[in-house]
Order: sequence, then structure tokens, then C-alpha cells
Amino acid sequence: MKKYFDNFWKYHYLLYELVKKGIKLKYRRSYLGIIWSLLEPILTTTVLTIIFGTLFGNDSKTFPMYILTGRLLYSYFSSSTKGALKSIRQHSGMIKKVYVPKYLYPLSSILYNYVIFFISLIVLVLLGFYCGVFPTLRWFAIFLPLLILLVLSFGVGMILATVGVFFRDMEYLWEVALMLIMYSCAIFYYPHRLLKSGYSWVLTINPLYAIIENARAILFGDPINWMSMLYAAVFSLVCLLIGLIVFRHNQDKFILKI
Amino acid sequence: MANDALNVDHVSIRFNLSKEKVDSLKDYVLKSITRQMQFDEFWALTDVSFKLKKGDRLGILGMNGAGKSTLLKVIAGVFKPTEGKVTHKGKIVPLLELGAGFDKEYTGRENIYLYGAMLGYSKSFIDSKFDEIVAFSELEKFIDVPLKNYSSGMKSRLGFSVATVVEPDILILDEVLSVGDAKFRKKSEQKVLSMMEDGVTVLFVSHSLKQVRRLCTKAMILDKGHMLAFGDIEPIAQQYEAMVGPEDDDDVKNKKKSKEG
Repeated sequence: MKKYFDNFWKYHYLLYELVKKGIKLKYRRSYLGIIWSLLEPILTTTVLTIIFGTLFGNDSKTFPMYILTGRLLYSYFSSSTKGALKSIRQHSGMIKKVYVPKYLYPLSSILYNYVIFFISLIVLVLLGFYCGVFPTLRWFAIFLPLLILLVLSFGVGMILATVGVFFRDMEYLWEVALMLIMYSCAIFYYPHRLLKSGYSWVLTINPLYAIIENARAILFGDPINWMSMLYAAVFSLVCLLIGLIVFRHNQDKFILKI
Repeated sequence: MANDALNVDHVSIRFNLSKEKVDSLKDYVLKSITRQMQFDEFWALTDVSFKLKKGDRLGILGMNGAGKSTLLKVIAGVFKPTEGKVTHKGKIVPLLELGAGFDKEYTGRENIYLYGAMLGYSKSFIDSKFDEIVAFSELEKFIDVPLKNYSSGMKSRLGFSVATVVEPDILILDEVLSVGDAKFRKKSEQKVLSMMEDGVTVLFVSHSLKQVRRLCTKAMILDKGHMLAFGDIEPIAQQYEAMVGPEDDDDVKNKKKSKEG
């Protein structure tokens, strides 16, 4: 165990550099740069609010805030896992020539998206003022679901990174899977109707929905659903464990495949 | 044992060369059902063992495809041996395909930090050596230009300068003494020679027996993954000469052109 930690410490600066690279290169050569991480959620939330709020008659004043919370968390999960999936192939040039602990590549993708995600949380606070939802001390509790989200994304990312090396199809399959996940996260609809129908299991088995549900509860001052929070935490830890084992077991074969 | 700088202990490495590349799910499922998953086992190295003491300079001789580059990559830690193990003391600096860790969207300055981190340097170390790296690469004017606008010679100059800024204990050279233009080549050769004088352990792959004789104290011959001979330079060099015939200068040039991948 100590050996792993020592090795990690030896390369912590590389992890920092890779995270920095991800953030820097994401917006390089665009005029607005990092501002896009604020602007993009505002624009998509506006579109979603117009469509799902106006057309489907959800005229609650806090509805934009409701959408934005779900969308921010979902899009972090989506972009970080997609990045992790491609990370090994993307860095094949380095992997073939220099020894570096390979888990740094998916991990850096998870982390740099997390940093961008945190920056875009500023929008949430601003929108809160517009919607009449004001920050309270209780908001700090949101770090718990966000931490679970990080663990979940890392776990899933490690599994995907491993599978992605051996099967390129995974990139396309994961796009489809992400779409299913998105629709079962209740991002732009209220879940009451689905919960009443026979399909409520779609929401209850989805750990990402559990995270989003609790993040919303914290922001809006509703009671936290500890059962679903616990479920999400356990699910994420199991994912992480499987991810680490699968990755570790296969990492020496990567070089023969890339 | 105590003064062994490098110990390569019964190292074998096997590659599965799938006859057709199977990397999509459809192929995998179809072929495992129809039992067409055929692998050609290929032992790139078979039972290679040797030890080097600090300050030894080993020349690795052999034909194309003998496993020379594979051996260097095993020692550098890029490949994990199928059997056996490699232990070493101190810092290894592999001068294999310089600048492989560069990002083309990044500027020269940013790439120095990225590549340095990849080689395991700390930030403060790179900070302190930054000017030296830039000065050695002679790229002062281009250091804030994205790497995609560099010529390939400029890239390898930068790579060489970053990789050699540390004092390594073990230096791995894969015919990299041909970096950049004639002037820089001389300079890089001098740098490597001065490192050798400092008592660094060297592993050196070259097709040129002359170069190996000039630089190395020990030599080994690899043939199809087997180690045929290992020992002091002169007897091994003579044995190799007997195997391949004396080399003339034209031959050297041709071999350099058809450098193995």
C-alpha cells in the first residue's frame, strides 16, 4: 500500500500538469476561453427552460434552477467519463515510450472536468438569485453528493478506460448509454409522473439520479433522502473498486493494443 | 551484488500477434464463436540475463528485429516482462524517440514542464533548470510558439535538452546521437560523452560496430530474442564481425536509412 502511495507521490506533479493541460487546451483558441464553461450552461438552460417550461407548462419560478442543477451534474458525468474512455488511446504516444503509472491518464480526465464543473457552479449561484433561491449555510452540504459524483465518475471512468482499449466500439456504445442515463435522470422534467407509473425503478436504480435528487434537495431546502444518498455512495464505491481491479489487472496489456 | 547498477534476471517477453486485428466487439464475438481467434505467439526476448556494474557501458548488437529495442523498453519500464524481472538502482533516463510526450497544441515552454513531469522531475527542479534547457536547445526565440509549428529537428532538440538535464545513473540510448543538424549533433554527442565520463551506466543500441567499439566497454549480441554472447567489448565485437562480415562505410549508411521501427 505504501509502495503505491510513494509511486503516486512521485508522479503527483505529472497529474497536476495533465489536469492543467486538459483545462488549458479545452478552451485554447476560442475567443471567450474559460467563460464558455459559464456561458454554455446558461445557454442550454435557457433553451431547455423555453422548451420544457413553456411548451409543457412547467411554469414554476424555480424551474430553470431545477434544470440547471440536473444538467450541470449530468454533463460533468458525461464529459468526464467520455474523456476517461478515450484517455489511454489519446496518450498512446507517451505510454509506448515512457513509463508512467497509467491510471493517471483517466484520473486526469476525471479531475480536469471536475475543476471546470466547479467553475460552472458559479452560474448556479447567480441563477439562484434570479429564481429567488438564496444561498444558505446548508448549501455546503452539497459537497457530499458532489464527492459521491466524483467517486462514481472515477469508478465508471476506470472501467471504461480499460474496456475502451480493447474495443473501440465502446465509444459509440457509451454515447447511447449516456443518452439513456440522461433521460432517466429527470433533468428537464419533474419525476412525479414517472414515479407514479410502473417505471419508477428507472429512477430509483440510477445512482446519478440519486445524486442529482439530493443536490437539488440541498439547494431548495428540502429534506435529504438519506436512503438514496447511501445507495449512490455504495454504488459508487463498488464501481470504483471494480474499476481499480479491472484496470490494474489489464494495464500491462494496454501497450500491445494501442 | 551491492554494486550492480542493473540486474536483468531471466527476462522473457511474449507478444500475441493476432493474425487480424481484433478490436471491435463484433469481431471479437464472431471470432470467438467461430473459433477463429488465432494468436501467433511470438517471443521477442527469451531468457535474457545479465548484470551491469556502475560505469559499465553496454553496446547491444544484433540484426533488425533481434529484440534490441524491446530489451531497452523492458529496462525503461515501458514493457512489462512476461517472465523474469529487471531491477535497477538510481535514475534511468531513456533517450528513446525523444519528445514522445509532447503535445502539439502546447508551446515549447509548456511542453518542457509537461515532458519533464513525465520523466519524473519535480516542478521546482524544472524551474531551476529551465534556462539551461532552453539555452541548450537553442530555441529561445521559439519557446512560446505552439509545438505544431516546430520542425521535427527542433522537436528532437527540445526533447534531448529536457531528457539530459538531469544527471542520470543509467542512460538508455537508441541511436539518438543523430539529433538535429550537424552542429547540434556534435553538441549532443559531447553531452553524452561528458555524461559517460561522469561514470554513468550506459545501454546503447547501434548498428554501427565502429561506434559501439568507440563508446562501449561491454557488448552483447542478440539474435531472434536470444542472447548469444555477453562480455567485454573486444571478443564480442570480433564474434559479431565474424557473424555479419566486416562492415564498410556504405553498409553503415544503408543500415542507418533502414533503421528498425
